[in-house]
Amino acid sequence: MGRTLAEKVWDDHVVRRAEGEPDLLFIDLHLLHEVTSPQAFEGLRQAGRKVRRVDLTIATEDHNTPTIDIDKPIADPVSRAQLETLRANCAEFGVRLHSLGDVEQGVVHVVGPQLGLTQPGTTVVCGDSHTSTHGAFGALAFGIGTSQVEHVLATQTLPLARPKTMAITVTGALAEGVTAKDLILAIIAKIGTGGGQGYILEYRGEAIENLSMEARMTICNMSIEAGARAGMIAPDQTTFDYLEGRDHAPTGEDWDAAVAYWKTLRTDDDAVFDAEVVIDGTVLAPFVTWGTNPGQGAPLSGHVPDPASYEDASERFAAEKALEYMGLTAGQPLRDIKVDTVFVGSCTNGRIEDLRAVAGIVEGRKVADGVRMLVVPGSVRVALQAVEEGLDKVFKEAGAEWRHAGCSMCLGMNPDQLAPGERSASTSNRNFEGRQGKGGRTHLVSPQVAAATAVLGHLASPADLSDAPATAGV
Amino acid sequence: MEAFTTHTGRAVPLRRSNVDTDQIIPAHWLKKITRDGFEDGLFEAWRKDPEFITNRPERAGATVLVAGPDFGTGSSREHAVWALQNFGFKTVISSRFADIFRGNSLKNGLLTVVLPQEAVDRLLDLTEADPTAEITVDLVDRQVRAEGVVAEFELDDNARWRLLEGLDDISLTLQNEGDIAAYESVRPTFKPRTIQA
Ligand code: SF4
Repeated sequence: MGRTLAEKVWDDHVVRRAEGEPDLLFIDLHLLHEVTSPQAFEGLRQAGRKVRRVDLTIATEDHNTPTIDIDKPIADPVSRAQLETLRANCAEFGVRLHSLGDVEQGVVHVVGPQLGLTQPGTTVVCGDSHTSTHGAFGALAFGIGTSQVEHVLATQTLPLARPKTMAITVTGALAEGVTAKDLILAIIAKIGTGGGQGYILEYRGEAIENLSMEARMTICNMSIEAGARAGMIAPDQTTFDYLEGRDHAPTGEDWDAAVAYWKTLRTDDDAVFDAEVVIDGTVLAPFVTWGTNPGQGAPLSGHVPDPASYEDASERFAAEKALEYMGLTAGQPLRDIKVDTVFVGSCTNGRIEDLRAVAGIVEGRKVADGVRMLVVPGSVRVALQAVEEGLDKVFKEAGAEWRHAGCSMCLGMNPDQLAPGERSASTSNRNFEGRQGKGGRTHLVSPQVAAATAVLGHLASPADLSDAPATAGV
Repeated sequence: MEAFTTHTGRAVPLRRSNVDTDQIIPAHWLKKITRDGFEDGLFEAWRKDPEFITNRPERAGATVLVAGPDFGTGSSREHAVWALQNFGFKTVISSRFADIFRGNSLKNGLLTVVLPQEAVDRLLDLTEADPTAEITVDLVDRQVRAEGVVAEFELDDNARWRLLEGLDDISLTLQNEGDIAAYESVRPTFKPRTIQA
């Protein structure tokens, strides 16, 4: 019987397989950041262990880093201590680190792919749940906890039970103006925040094949919001083209050998998935969340749902709680929801294509009165590219704040936070209570919706901008 | 890691689904660089409410958390497990856990017990009605017992054995050093490297 993409990559990394034990998997790439690594390094130190493969390990600073005044000392002493701890640990153990101010610094899931380190058929781990992002390359990539970070540092392996596989097939082409973010939000709303639990998802079908690498990353990034262990997309010419010439992409004979191997990384026709979901891509529209988990979403043209309409008691209760927290009433049109803040950034939508899309919409327009718009590039490289293309000027002229790279308001560990009761349209991935600041209310949206929302002051899509210039798309 | 065999204690019934890791331990707590001292951050936002269940005097010293489905969704932060343990919980019962949270919990000796929703509901009813009711989680027999409730749970033999013995994963893996070295010796040369070793 044939094998799925996930099974192929898994099998190629089994170091040891024994009856009654989880497989021991080799890890090709280990990404580190300041938040989930200090206790792991401390564990190594206490046990007198070394990092087994510093050549497969790389660290960056992202979660705590400020996005303004980066040349000044970090004001929050606790954040500063955490960054200093990472620097000391990397120096002591010989791990490559890209610190604040370095040209390769940025959100860990933006940095790996842009360096060409994330490659098809590799295993990638990081102490961060959005490691699923790297699955866009046909890598098996998943978030791990700090104990596992320590385990990988010490052994370059992880004992893991193989998850089941689920195919998510998106048929047909997406309509104009429908983005990868809308698609993944719609998928999560359909299968639920627990729908992917225990599975590695494989996104396939025409709509997926048509996506750019960056859009594929947006999809795989949010696999975790459906509860999945990982999300993957089979590598194809789009993948190879993206990788070729990047810093760490193979060259010469190695490139040919690599591509030959990568081409084998497709689910066999006779392979069987443990579960299958089919989504008609042609009927999708811009999608936003109204609640406090990423599964609580609806088309932008819709309304805030009535909790009473849920049959399941715990879902009904969750919807009631969500409306209360979000300050919304059942039946309210989603387009009527006014925001105070628009956040463009994060490992979901902080790459250059996202910034271009936003710039295309706000160009020649103004951010609405009373709305603050933050544009935070996912990495320094993304920022430099944006500056080269003049996007920073477009943002500033529209009245948005152009910031330094990092996680920023995605989780509010740095000073970029919502105040209690403030409402944002955010291109990030989590709308949990308090995620963007205590009492803050988050609506997850695509970059295009974020941009139109910034201009109009309420949730909106570019199509709502009556004077939409040709460059703005739909 | 502390071994887990069997535990009996009073419960905190938390009748909420989708309790995500941002609720269990908010992000600003993640700046700490130790594994302890997270108890005050547990459910921090909810605990501002004096009526929140963990603030009730009759729940003081409870060690068993009974929660709604999809407990531990969201981020991979192991701090969520440490916070629960620092607060005094030994075990969490739910009908569904997020995968990463579950993996993290078992690595730290916090036993996450999956029971059918109907059994969880009975435990919630029981412990809501009677704060002194005790729940026993028996890993040897893979059974949860409380007044009027006996429910079996599953946990794979390997994870169970490591919990019962309190074994550290890294030492176990390092016993297979030969296998790791053999794998490394045949890895293709085109695989990426972060630095030239
Ligand atoms: S951008 Fe947000 S989701 Fe991504 S790694 Fe940073 S905090 Fe996590």
